[in-house]
Amino acid sequence: MKYRSSTGLRSYTFYSLKDLLAKASPERSGDGLAGIAAESSEERCSAQMALADVPLKDFLHEDIIPYEEDEITRLIADTHDMEAFSPVSSLTVGEFRNWILADTTTGDDLKNLSMGLTPEMVSAVSKLMRNQDLILAASKIRNVTSFRSTIGLPGRMSTRLQPNDPVDDPRGIAAEILDGLFYGCGDAVIGINPASDNYSAVVTLIHLINEFIDKFEIPTQSCVLTHVTTTIQAIEKGVPVDLIFQSIGGSEAANRSFGVDLSILREAYDAGNSLRRGTVGNNFMYFETGQGSELSGNGHHGVDQQTLEVRTYALAREFNPLLVNTVVGFIGPEYLYDGKQITRAGLEDHFCGKLMGLPMGVDVCYTNHAEADQDDMDNLLTLLGVAGCNFIMGIPGADDIMLNYQSTSFHDALYLRSVLGLKPAPEFEKWLLQMNLFDSKLRPTEKIESNRLFLSAGEI
Amino acid sequence: MNDRDDRNIIADPWGFLKEFTNGRIALGRTGSSLPTKEFLDFKLCHSKARDAVKLPLDFEDIKRRLDQDCNEYSMILKSRAQDRKEYLKRPDLGRLLSEESEEMVKGVRQKDGFDIALVVADGLSANAIDTNLVPFLRMLLPGLREKGYTMPPVFLVEQGRVAVADDVAEFVGARLAVIFVGERPGLKSPDSMGIYMTYDAKRGSLESSRNCISNIRPEGMSYTAGVSKLKFLIDKSLRLQLSGVNLKDDQENEELADPMVKKIN
Repeated sequence: MKYRSSTGLRSYTFYSLKDLLAKASPERSGDGLAGIAAESSEERCSAQMALADVPLKDFLHEDIIPYEEDEITRLIADTHDMEAFSPVSSLTVGEFRNWILADTTTGDDLKNLSMGLTPEMVSAVSKLMRNQDLILAASKIRNVTSFRSTIGLPGRMSTRLQPNDPVDDPRGIAAEILDGLFYGCGDAVIGINPASDNYSAVVTLIHLINEFIDKFEIPTQSCVLTHVTTTIQAIEKGVPVDLIFQSIGGSEAANRSFGVDLSILREAYDAGNSLRRGTVGNNFMYFETGQGSELSGNGHHGVDQQTLEVRTYALAREFNPLLVNTVVGFIGPEYLYDGKQITRAGLEDHFCGKLMGLPMGVDVCYTNHAEADQDDMDNLLTLLGVAGCNFIMGIPGADDIMLNYQSTSFHDALYLRSVLGLKPAPEFEKWLLQMNLFDSKLRPTEKIESNRLFLSAGEI
Repeated sequence: MNDRDDRNIIADPWGFLKEFTNGRIALGRTGSSLPTKEFLDFKLCHSKARDAVKLPLDFEDIKRRLDQDCNEYSMILKSRAQDRKEYLKRPDLGRLLSEESEEMVKGVRQKDGFDIALVVADGLSANAIDTNLVPFLRMLLPGLREKGYTMPPVFLVEQGRVAVADDVAEFVGARLAVIFVGERPGLKSPDSMGIYMTYDAKRGSLESSRNCISNIRPEGMSYTAGVSKLKFLIDKSLRLQLSGVNLKDDQENEELADPMVKKIN
């Protein structure tokens, strides 16, 4: 279908919903690289005006990637819930934005809506929202999940402890885990990106984290972020796997570049579902996403990178994940050029993921060839804290020495919890107090030389 | 910064764990925040990495030093990326030679072609090339000349990415392309040079057809080790007429393709 918009002297034509979404997307380098972005600010705004008038119902009649070609499109269409959609079924995209932001629309209203929304509707409305809209709307929604800890409750913010080592040295990893635990981090997961995908190396790391968790009865979960097929193999061999990890994208072709499809993910889900290793809940999938991976993996179909990211969430929500983490600045400046674009993308992903029903966390991060620095990360981190983000990363000094990028640190988590009054997951909070790692004001204990965990550091 | 006792700093008593990791652990804190010294140390590392990406490489200087120190003639070329900003936003343009440079390269062609085209690109770290290229080539070139390999001048490509060597090799008619490129800087490695080698390189060559040697810098892989490995790979590639995943580096039993380095393509 064609869409037109006029701004007085000039008029613009958009040739499909896909084209309209791409032209309406706030500026980012990846859409320029794909050759699908608006050519001027006026064209972009015209597209947003045209998009505001599109009825949400139209999204049910026009696939942006053909149904026959793409299993993600089929998943979206086949799982759409018309009854859940009914409260907003008569609205346009512009009216939908007003509805979301109205005082009368509650978090429960938004949650009940989620299965009635397609990712394209969610992407569309986010393109008409300012950063403050993305923050306000997301802050209404609490998507709570649990395994050994409960993540995403109001007033709480969790962290993934990310103790990566360039050669997977168990002593280096143990030292980083201890540093993080002393700072009260790790309640979302203790998760290692292994340097090697070698099966036995991966299993060694799973055991390494589990030993910490078992010995000190830490209410958290372990994860080694290797390919899902390696984790399935580990489960089959009886390795005590807590969480199953996979990077995913928003098209069948993109997922193929990651070496996965729906059926492999279903197989993984079934394998994990039998383990029942959680104590307070049984969400055990962990997905990582990020705008731009479809273009980078030659699976973008001319769709803008933000819409593809929200399509990724449609795939994720099939599997009731414990954690979904958008690694927003890792991909580099050819997709998100600078601090402004990274900030916008982080807020979009968080809001869109929440509206899709997911427990969103954000890896607030950048690479050294992006126009960004720690000040940009401080800004995004704080905005996400206000928006009610479920979890962030905790990396020693924000410097990941294996992946060579900068994220957020254990200190950053302390800062955010301090300035916004946020607490760790309740089970983990209790553990920090019992272990005397934190005092009653939830600050790190200063004298820990006689602490059991501290004494264990001498055994590395 | 001075090392005076600062009573606002709450030291982390697990500093003994630092021997196990280069990670930034046991930094201490003031309140929730990093102590000034630690914050500035991080900032200095990031500043060096940023400068490595942003500051232009002095190509005339590299050309002069190659001539003086290595007795090697070189030509300065350009990719299709006009400047750093475009280079960062449009990786596709950094992989192609400008039309003018294409003509310059074609002008060097000879009847029987060449064995090896040596190509240099600033990539993501001017610092890496400025520091490592000339001393590395001074060690490498005598061995290649001794073997009698035919080589055109060294091609120095401004705003170039790894795949620009495919254009060069195709247009000059070289069997093997070897490109030296500044790698994406890490916080503690702003000056790391990578080498990619592709047999029968041409526009559109696949990443899987390349062999890579990574992390060449004073604190990383030494010039001696890098030169030895590269000579081994060059000889083997020209002998077997292939490169990439099918060319095993059995000089030592280690993986050549570094997934992190691939990100700079």
